[in-house]
Amino acid sequence: MFSNRYIFIYSSVMVIIVAAILSSAAMILKPYQERNIAIAKIQGILMAAEIEASTENAESLFDQVILEELVIRQDGKVTGRFSKGQLTDGKDRAFDLNLKTELYNKKQGKPYRVPLYIAEANGGKIYIIPLLGKGLWGPIYGNIALKEDMNTVFGAEFGNDKETPGLGAEISDRAFALQFLDKTIFNETGKFVSITVKKGGVGTMPAADRIHGVDAISGGTITSDAVTKMIDNCLSNYVAYFKSQE
Amino acid sequence: MLHILKARNKMSSEKTEREPLFSLKNRKLITAPLGRDNPITVQVLGICSALAVTAKLEPAFVMAISVMAVMGIGNVVISALRNTIPPRIRIIVQLVVIAALVILVDQVLKAFAYEVSKQLSVFVGLIITNCIIMGRFEAFAMANKVWPSFLDGIGNAWGYGWILIVVAFFRELLGSGTLWGYQVVPNAWYIDNGGFYANNGMMILPPMALITVGVIIWVQRYRTKELIEEN
Repeated sequence: MFSNRYIFIYSSVMVIIVAAILSSAAMILKPYQERNIAIAKIQGILMAAEIEASTENAESLFDQVILEELVIRQDGKVTGRFSKGQLTDGKDRAFDLNLKTELYNKKQGKPYRVPLYIAEANGGKIYIIPLLGKGLWGPIYGNIALKEDMNTVFGAEFGNDKETPGLGAEISDRAFALQFLDKTIFNETGKFVSITVKKGGVGTMPAADRIHGVDAISGGTITSDAVTKMIDNCLSNYVAYFKSQE
Repeated sequence: MLHILKARNKMSSEKTEREPLFSLKNRKLITAPLGRDNPITVQVLGICSALAVTAKLEPAFVMAISVMAVMGIGNVVISALRNTIPPRIRIIVQLVVIAALVILVDQVLKAFAYEVSKQLSVFVGLIITNCIIMGRFEAFAMANKVWPSFLDGIGNAWGYGWILIVVAFFRELLGSGTLWGYQVVPNAWYIDNGGFYANNGMMILPPMALITVGVIIWVQRYRTKELIEEN
């Protein structure tokens, strides 16, 4: 039989060896994973602009389509501009901003900045806004593109890491994102109302509000509500900027 | 506990004489799980992931390869350590080995097959709870030498994998009209283009995976009468 001492030593050594193997693997693979994540981010942004990009052509398409990347402060002032591969204003490129940190700063009441991508589509400008929020089991994210009026949705795209497959994870489905087309984020008096993912369906909303709502996912209420919250939390950062542009 | 240990010692002492790498017994380790001892159709294990990742051929294939890596390497590790593992914590040791291997597989997929890893999402992590793996560690690798254990792991993973691939083949073909992402049903056949054909949306949903597995079990039992229980 094995003594208690043996068991303790055995398990400690085992844990240390496993930890060493896993952490070195994570370090070696990190650069590859980060590149994949950056490409996925680009694909998401392009998807909101209704452009489907493959892993290979994503970066070159992004350079073609995106006219300008702006860094926008919480009061709506532009503090950074990046266009045609060059930083023309400010210190940081919008693409490199960490949305998670910025949204955390917002929650803490500290100053924060958010990225905005301006692209050209169908002869007009579109404004692409990245989204990030908290789902039921993990992060949810996406991009939403607004038409030149900075009010009507041009396209949207959502993704998730850990939502329940078949229920909450359905937000990543194209059909869910397509519901957002032509919805508006400001009401007729010019007040910011965001877009609500409505449990029970848009049909249960007052007729005047239906232009600001989409159907929720059956069986995915918490994730659906999380999408509502995410859109509201992220779009509201741009209201001051949009007002200043009118 | 003691009699298990004794039985184990007896087993390992019986096999002292050297046998060829691919002896009849060793070949059986690979072939039995493909048919008569199949983990999915006969033992009905690992059904959860079999339902979830088989809507398309590519994720099913990657899942099969991932399980094969975890099971082949895991069986070897457990078998190599089998005489040092204290029986009282053997389940913990097995779980640590599985968990470590699954995390490695997940990281590698994220680095080199990002799209597929996104499609597999939580199911790569759920390989940890795939009962086939711990079942093989406990039932085979803990009591056998390294080489037979490796064959047993590969055999069982392939027994799991081929069912996944067959199910995915039919689900993707009938549900999406594609195979490995390539269109196989001619576009002109579709009703939208003036044809007569429509994809069966139900094939995409998990219930049809269960029914497809059921059909495979049916065919297998029809062909192998010994599998049919009496009464």
